[in-house]
Amino acid sequence: MLSAEPVEFSGELLAKMEEAKNLFPNGKEKSALLKMLHLAQAEFGWVSVPTMDKIADLLSIQPVEVYEVATFYTMFHLEPVGKYVFEVCRTGPCMLVGSDQLIEHIGKKLNIGMGETTSDGLFTLKTAECLGGCGYGPLLQCRHRFHEHLTPEKVDELIEQYKRGEIEPGAL
Amino acid sequence: MKSRKLLLEHLDVPGIQGIETYVKQGGYTTLEKALKKMSPDEVVEEVKKSGLRGRGGAGFPTGLKWSFLAKPEGIPRYLVCNADESEPGTFKDRYLMEKIPHLLVEGMILSSYALGANTSYIYIRGEFMYVLEILQKAIQEAYAKGYLGKNIFGSGFDHDLVVTPGGGAYICGEETALLESLEGKRGNPRIKPPFPAVKGLWASPTVVNNVESIAAVVPIIRDGGDAYASIGIGKSTGTKLISACGNLARPGVYEIELGLSVEEFIYGDDYCRGIANGKKLKACVPGGSSVPILPHFLVTKTAAGENRLMTYESLADGGFQSGSMLGSGGFIVFDEDQCIVRNTWNFTRFYAHESCGQCSPCREGTGWMEKVLHRLETGKGQMHDIDLLADINKKIEGNTICPLGDAAAWPVAAAIRHFREEFEWHVTHPEEAQKRNYGLIQQPVVA
Repeated sequence: MLSAEPVEFSGELLAKMEEAKNLFPNGKEKSALLKMLHLAQAEFGWVSVPTMDKIADLLSIQPVEVYEVATFYTMFHLEPVGKYVFEVCRTGPCMLVGSDQLIEHIGKKLNIGMGETTSDGLFTLKTAECLGGCGYGPLLQCRHRFHEHLTPEKVDELIEQYKRGEIEPGAL
Repeated sequence: MKSRKLLLEHLDVPGIQGIETYVKQGGYTTLEKALKKMSPDEVVEEVKKSGLRGRGGAGFPTGLKWSFLAKPEGIPRYLVCNADESEPGTFKDRYLMEKIPHLLVEGMILSSYALGANTSYIYIRGEFMYVLEILQKAIQEAYAKGYLGKNIFGSGFDHDLVVTPGGGAYICGEETALLESLEGKRGNPRIKPPFPAVKGLWASPTVVNNVESIAAVVPIIRDGGDAYASIGIGKSTGTKLISACGNLARPGVYEIELGLSVEEFIYGDDYCRGIANGKKLKACVPGGSSVPILPHFLVTKTAAGENRLMTYESLADGGFQSGSMLGSGGFIVFDEDQCIVRNTWNFTRFYAHESCGQCSPCREGTGWMEKVLHRLETGKGQMHDIDLLADINKKIEGNTICPLGDAAAWPVAAAIRHFREEFEWHVTHPEEAQKRNYGLIQQPVVA
């Protein structure tokens, strides 16, 4: 987990982080922390320790204040993941309409277990607790985009579309 | 019966996401009226008169909550919108924000005026990042029109509105955890008192309201509190967004007038059109995963044989013995093929995953319940496990800082109360339980 690879924040990323900080009053910039972690993850795919240290620096707070937050919230990947992370909702309402079977299908299709990444580094499979699309399940989220009303056939097609690079991130 | 629409009235107007169309439909005229002709206290008074109750789940009267806000001189006050919609079964706020973002923006400015807040925040769950961007665009449009910023409508009222994301944590829907998160910290709920109305965001007086509650302030001020209160029954006034899911022919988000019968909501042509694939109703969780599950014979009728209505009171009729709660409006329906043990295990796994870990009864108890339920679901359970669950349950309920403990305990208690024979069948028929589901339970015959 503890990668020491140094990171470089681009000028564009730094500008976005500055913008996030400026949304809050003087002295309250720490409120931008979650947004900054999201921005970093969108850029690097995951959140490494040097990334967190850099964010701590930008906010003039202790690194541990960033670690404790990044480890609390489930959206942040603290280890390297594939280019596309499929987070499949598995909570009650989605289960009622077949999320268990969908998760099994995706695992078989990509030939990976839960939390694993395909050998080409393209896909990681994770489960998520209630993603807030209960009426449109089964569903998954990838790079802030919801894919809803899924069937095994639709997921197969989705995987191909991602492989061809046809699907843009839903946000950030 | 078609329900009157107050929130989703202009849902089908093309371009309603944008400010031009929203304004053409009368958008921001309510804000203008309030800022020019009403005092902040008059706005609060109308909201009190409306009888609006918090739409996030607790159902606490919004006007009353507003009146608790401390107003010390020289200290800023804040309005925070809880858009951390995470209660399983609930997806109404996402729908409202995505489809008609300006209704929330107008509601935020209007409510902030009533509260004397010059800055407000929308805290939206991180998974809704695309909705955050829709809101951000709406906010920029409102600034460009002068509905946000300095001296709005020449009234002298200044207001700034900021939208900011969470990071994936159910607990941040609890208002003090949300405030912690909004301050850039872990989402650990705070001990109350002090309540947010006295010490909230950055220790300043703060009101936290659900998306739908804030949006409802717009039609309340437009039509007057009395007009809003004339819709509904008793203390369940106005309209409510219900997000219907599970095994329904037509799941989705519906705006209903409170007082609609549950029967019509499930089976009516204007609503869910019955159970999917012509199956039978087995059970229903009417207000989000935390509220007690009802077996089929208590869904459309109360234990006393009265028609069950979509109101705070009727859904709670019979208490936890034979009733449930309207909660957040997350209406989850189970068909005859669903396994109650599996579902209870699934929900408990959710709560075990989402416990913040601060209080031992919740942190440990949810994990134990999850393990025991998993044992029962996979045919490895014993009869005393069922009582063990009830025992753990009692040790969580009421013994935690925030309501997540109760939210985890109630569904388990209710499932055992109403479906005990199905749990027992899992113990007595472990192999069969792996192959098929129990089916419908019979209504107990009362002598």
